Amino acid sequence: MRWSRTSGRVEGDSRRPRGLKPGFILHSYATLKRRSSTVALASISLSLLRGSPWPSKNHRVARVFATFSVVLFSTVFFSGAAPEKHLSVYSVAANYSLPLLARNGRDYVGLLELLEPLGAVNARSDGDHWRLSYNRLQAEFTAGKSRVHIQGRDADLSAPFVMESGRGFVPVSSISTILPRLLGGPVTLHEDAGRLFIGSVATHFTASLAGENPPRLVFNFTSPVSPTISTEPGTLRMTFSREPLVAPASPLLTFGSRIIPSATYSEGNGAAVITVNSTAPAMASFSNDGRTVTISAASSVAQKAAPVNSPPAVTPSSAAPPGNSPSVARKVFAIIDAGHGGDDRGEALSTSLMEKDVTLALARSLRQELESRGISTLMLRDGDTSLTLDQRAGLANSAHAAIYVVLHASSSGHGVRIYTAMLPYETAAGDDRGSFRSWTVAQHAYIPMSQLAVTFVAAEMQRRQIPVRTLLGPLRPLNNITTAAMAVEVAPLGSDIAQLTAPDYQQLVTSAVATAIAAARDRLGAAP
Amino acid sequence: MLIRATIPRHLVIAMAVLLVAVLGMSVYVWRMRARAAALPVEATDSRPIAPPVTGPTETVTLFMAQDDDASLRAAAAQIPLPSGRQERAEELLRALLTRYLDKNSPHPMAPGADVRSVFLVDPGLVVIDVTASFADGHRSGILVEELTVASLIHTISANIPGVLRVKILVDGKERETLAGHADISGFYDVTAVNQLAAELQAGQ
Repeated sequence: MRWSRTSGRVEGDSRRPRGLKPGFILHSYATLKRRSSTVALASISLSLLRGSPWPSKNHRVARVFATFSVVLFSTVFFSGAAPEKHLSVYSVAANYSLPLLARNGRDYVGLLELLEPLGAVNARSDGDHWRLSYNRLQAEFTAGKSRVHIQGRDADLSAPFVMESGRGFVPVSSISTILPRLLGGPVTLHEDAGRLFIGSVATHFTASLAGENPPRLVFNFTSPVSPTISTEPGTLRMTFSREPLVAPASPLLTFGSRIIPSATYSEGNGAAVITVNSTAPAMASFSNDGRTVTISAASSVAQKAAPVNSPPAVTPSSAAPPGNSPSVARKVFAIIDAGHGGDDRGEALSTSLMEKDVTLALARSLRQELESRGISTLMLRDGDTSLTLDQRAGLANSAHAAIYVVLHASSSGHGVRIYTAMLPYETAAGDDRGSFRSWTVAQHAYIPMSQLAVTFVAAEMQRRQIPVRTLLGPLRPLNNITTAAMAVEVAPLGSDIAQLTAPDYQQLVTSAVATAIAAARDRLGAAP
Repeated sequence: MLIRATIPRHLVIAMAVLLVAVLGMSVYVWRMRARAAALPVEATDSRPIAPPVTGPTETVTLFMAQDDDASLRAAAAQIPLPSGRQERAEELLRALLTRYLDKNSPHPMAPGADVRSVFLVDPGLVVIDVTASFADGHRSGILVEELTVASLIHTISANIPGVLRVKILVDGKERETLAGHADISGFYDVTAVNQLAAELQAGQ
């Protein structure tokens, strides 16, 4: 059997693979755990306790012991579901992640999949032999054998080579032996963390304390970063899944501050994590094109102003994104966009109810709620007019508002869904040039601010007991907006679509959005 | 008086019976025509007939959208898979859509929804070309559309290693949205879709 990279096919003949696929094993295990574990455990335990097969009183102890064993075994077995392991690969050509295959108590990775993004590669299997060609270099592997031949020279794997379905797998621990011979350059493997660095791609960082009241912890990175930020009482965690971040000289950094005493660096399952320990609620802000992250401890005043269900503390960039620069005169604070309109009717919610009409009613209600709280607004459409997605984005961006909210309505599901932009694939954060922003990923720099706004709105919805869900959404024009942006999709609470047109339900939703925006006003930017 | 004199009685009766039969048949045909007109979807179902798949049966993981709780759930499936990567990707998506077209589908789709072809373009780019019926008959809404998109892309990326980005075409052409909401004009970042899939699987 032969795999051709150019045709993307496996050609020729091969024996049918035996055994289960890793995905199947994981899935079956997860399904079993999720759906059947409780039922199975209860059934087995009950049947043992009823004890019909046990002939005499003397066996009661054995019966109880067996029941206890079943419970103990099942508890250990079903609670031990390990997450799927990954290997994150960082290289100049691409950063990518590969699933690992567990065989014989070791982690294996597909060699073809590992090399594919890096150059011209193809493989061919012939019986137990698996021949690999990478950029004119030849390597030969044999299923069940540790000895391999690379360009006529022998090398030893740390465990036998595995071949399944014509695909070749090598132990992760042997990558640092094989890859330098094929790639002709150094690789660095963090085996326990599942991270592989090919060439000099590492991103380094420094951390220093600035200011005292409140203290600010400034992280400077050698490349732009975009970590996922989460907070828990006493900690702020930055998770770097896509960045080749490497450890500082010491994984424990101490700063001699009472409020931000230390930070730690750790790695695991393909990601690096910086955990900042803080005795006060902390916020993260980005600047210097994503190369600087500043962690600030919230002042006592800010703490008092925070809502009861305080969302995770993430602040907008202090790098003065164009739409929120204090130097730009802001005409309005909030842009309200009623989704669809004109020829674009949106979803047919019923035979007589169009989405575009519901979104317009919601938009008008939101305008009233915001303005009653002293927040200036601009509605992009206040009638049944057609606007293209580009026109909506252009109008919103030219207003230099602090927040953009687009409203949608749906007959699917219940309650409210709030979306932030899921950006399309772009290399290196798009084609930004100086002060010009790539249109398709213009939202990129504002995502922390959008997430901040969404967390405020979601918290307010929860406070009012409105079912709410926050998700990424591949929805234009969110990705073209150069300020905090969110889409709010409103569904009825029950099955009655007519609720979408009920003024009291519309007001319940829009007043929650308005209250949240008012609460976040200071963080989103000063109102004019 | 003349007719009575020239046409025999049994012929008159036969003519009357034939006339009644013709009228009855006309009414029946008219009703059949009306009934056929009431089934426009089936009449315009131009789904291509896929050739029979050859290859060993393999177990794959399909990520099925569930409308009842707006989630994405993994489901193991045994399907015959050809040896080529491209054909494997097509069969994966066809297996997924077959389940969506079932009458007990957790995420119903319009009749005729199908994958025309899947192209694997190096490095790491997958182009999914779906039929016009797939998009034209798709229900509208942000969540319902993104469930479909996440299901397709996450199923591909989970079973075909090395996929970095995905492009969706409709009948060979670019479209702005799937059914009025989900943007399909650009390239989907598989990492971002996997993050969305994780959110959808969590069910929140």
